[in-house]
Amino acid sequence: MADHSSNRMTVAGCEIEVLRGGSGPAMVFLHGAGGAHKWMPYMDRLAEHYTVYVPSHPGWGRSDTPDWLDGMGDLAYFYLEFLDAIGEDQVHLVGNSLGGWLALEVAVRSAARIETLTLVSAAGIHVAGVPKGDIFLWDDEERVRNTFFDQKMAEARIAATPTEEESDIALKNHFSTAKMAWHPRFYSRELQKWLHRIKVPTLILWGDSDKIFPPAYGEAMQKLIPGSALTIVPECGHLPQQEKLDDFIAGVTAFTAANSTGAA
Amino acid sequence: MKFHFFHLMPYQDIDPDFLEDNKSSWITLPNTYYDPKKGSKLYHRYLDELELADELGFDGVCVNEHHQTAYGMMPSPNVLAGALSRRLKKATIGVIGRALPIVDNPLVIAEEFAMIDNLTEGRFIAGFVRGIGCEYHASMTNPGFSHERFREAHDLIVRAWTEPGPFEFYGKHYHFQYVNLWPRPYQTPRPPIWIPSQGSTETVEFAAHPDRKYTYVITFSPIASVKKNLKAYRDQCEVYGYECPPDQLGWAMPCYVAETDEIARNEAAPHIESLFNRFIMSPAQYKLPPGYSSLNSYKAVMANKYAVRENYLTCDALIENGMFLCGSAATVAEKLEEYQKEMGFGNIAPMLQFGTLPAELTEKNLRIFAGEVMPKVRHLGVTKETVAAE
Repeated sequence: MADHSSNRMTVAGCEIEVLRGGSGPAMVFLHGAGGAHKWMPYMDRLAEHYTVYVPSHPGWGRSDTPDWLDGMGDLAYFYLEFLDAIGEDQVHLVGNSLGGWLALEVAVRSAARIETLTLVSAAGIHVAGVPKGDIFLWDDEERVRNTFFDQKMAEARIAATPTEEESDIALKNHFSTAKMAWHPRFYSRELQKWLHRIKVPTLILWGDSDKIFPPAYGEAMQKLIPGSALTIVPECGHLPQQEKLDDFIAGVTAFTAANSTGAA
Repeated sequence: MKFHFFHLMPYQDIDPDFLEDNKSSWITLPNTYYDPKKGSKLYHRYLDELELADELGFDGVCVNEHHQTAYGMMPSPNVLAGALSRRLKKATIGVIGRALPIVDNPLVIAEEFAMIDNLTEGRFIAGFVRGIGCEYHASMTNPGFSHERFREAHDLIVRAWTEPGPFEFYGKHYHFQYVNLWPRPYQTPRPPIWIPSQGSTETVEFAAHPDRKYTYVITFSPIASVKKNLKAYRDQCEVYGYECPPDQLGWAMPCYVAETDEIARNEAAPHIESLFNRFIMSPAQYKLPPGYSSLNSYKAVMANKYAVRENYLTCDALIENGMFLCGSAATVAEKLEEYQKEMGFGNIAPMLQFGTLPAELTEKNLRIFAGEVMPKVRHLGVTKETVAAE
């Protein structure tokens, strides 16, 4: 396992936890609703290629929940400041699910610090006539089952006994997710009108069996972002970086290598 | 003591096996289960029952608000309050309550309540609630802002009722350049406000505050919890430096009275069990959306309440824990007397129709309650002010 560290850092008056590991070009991974307070295998694999930063969003994990956190716009401005603060000129920005939505909100505001953008099963837009899954009406087990294509992975997750801290973090993450995404449900009205502003190279990765945001969302997103590429990952649910780790790593590394301006 | 017949208006003609194919009677229960021909008959029957209560001498009748459910047919209780307002001769109408946070324009509630207050010449009680968790799924209101929106909507409505307009109101969630209520409420300075609750420290502190002194009504709770919460309210009044008058305390509970304890139990059992095991049923994540309560109270509720609710609640268990007041008139009056002396409430809101309880038993229940229970306990919890007003 690559060396990694957990660091506290304060941005916009909010103290957050940032996991960091690896070396090479900078990559910031914006986690989804479930958070990312533990160093996961996908982070380890990314750390073989990049200097990986995985911040826990304000309101998630072991990060503080600031009074100013009312919506995705707040998180977007927070991350613009975060990108100014980490001492990297430019980063490869990756976002999964709610984190993908967040990456889009950041990128439409300013892509100055973004070298490439990778969106993995990203929220943020609405596609008429394609119902999303309702993670707020599913019970805990349904939520896990509907997250994975491979039900063995789901069952392993369901069978695991979380520590008290993990249970508390899961609840905190769920609360913050609701605050950001309850209404409109996992999108913002303005965002999809302005996605054409994103001019940086953009890769969209999507599981073919995503039950939360069906692949039609990826197709719609690809059309809204000029020059973006869409890769559908077969037999995969909402978390390609966990369920199809090799495909995820191969997709991301090939994309960043092809689109890097600096030394990679 | 004042008696307010509280109707929940369940869609009781539903296929009794509806939970075999559905896990909830809220939000996702297909509305194809609702037959408008049967529903319209039920509306009229229920309104007749509320009007009968007026004739029988109840002090008031109450309706409330729920959405997308067979549990109650009152997404807009003000429509029914409007229908009742020209029919009731003496009784007050309590809308207990409207869910303030789930509307985007709380002035609509201020306006409609003021209209009912005018129509009834002041025989109106305004109830304010946050609304149960299910309403946040139904309305898409973000549960994370529920508390903020409740407080802000409350402030807006009370100011609209009591301050000369026009004035401007700029809050975090509600923004109005012009607040200028037409009509103003009939009662001065405003209608009485009830806060139905299942007990939370924040609500107690809010409702008991000397600036408000709202009537705190505990609903759907085991008697131990009713006692604990009403005591918490009385204690809070003392902290604020005044003694809580009976008027400021209320208890709402399903209630059934018959010729004997045994008859009451036998007649009520299937119907009270339908309420607690079918009409009220929804999974925890329906009732408690994330952010609706604080992290700590969410954890506490999940640990306690829903562990209990997993089990089938029998009529006997409900009588035993005091969630259901049931028996002969003598038994019910005796319990009310005992509880009143202990808890000091001056209002009760018995739900004398519940679940599948049919028309004839509802009418019998109303008549026995009015004829044989009310006279025995009416003298309890009467303050000097109340006597003077009458």
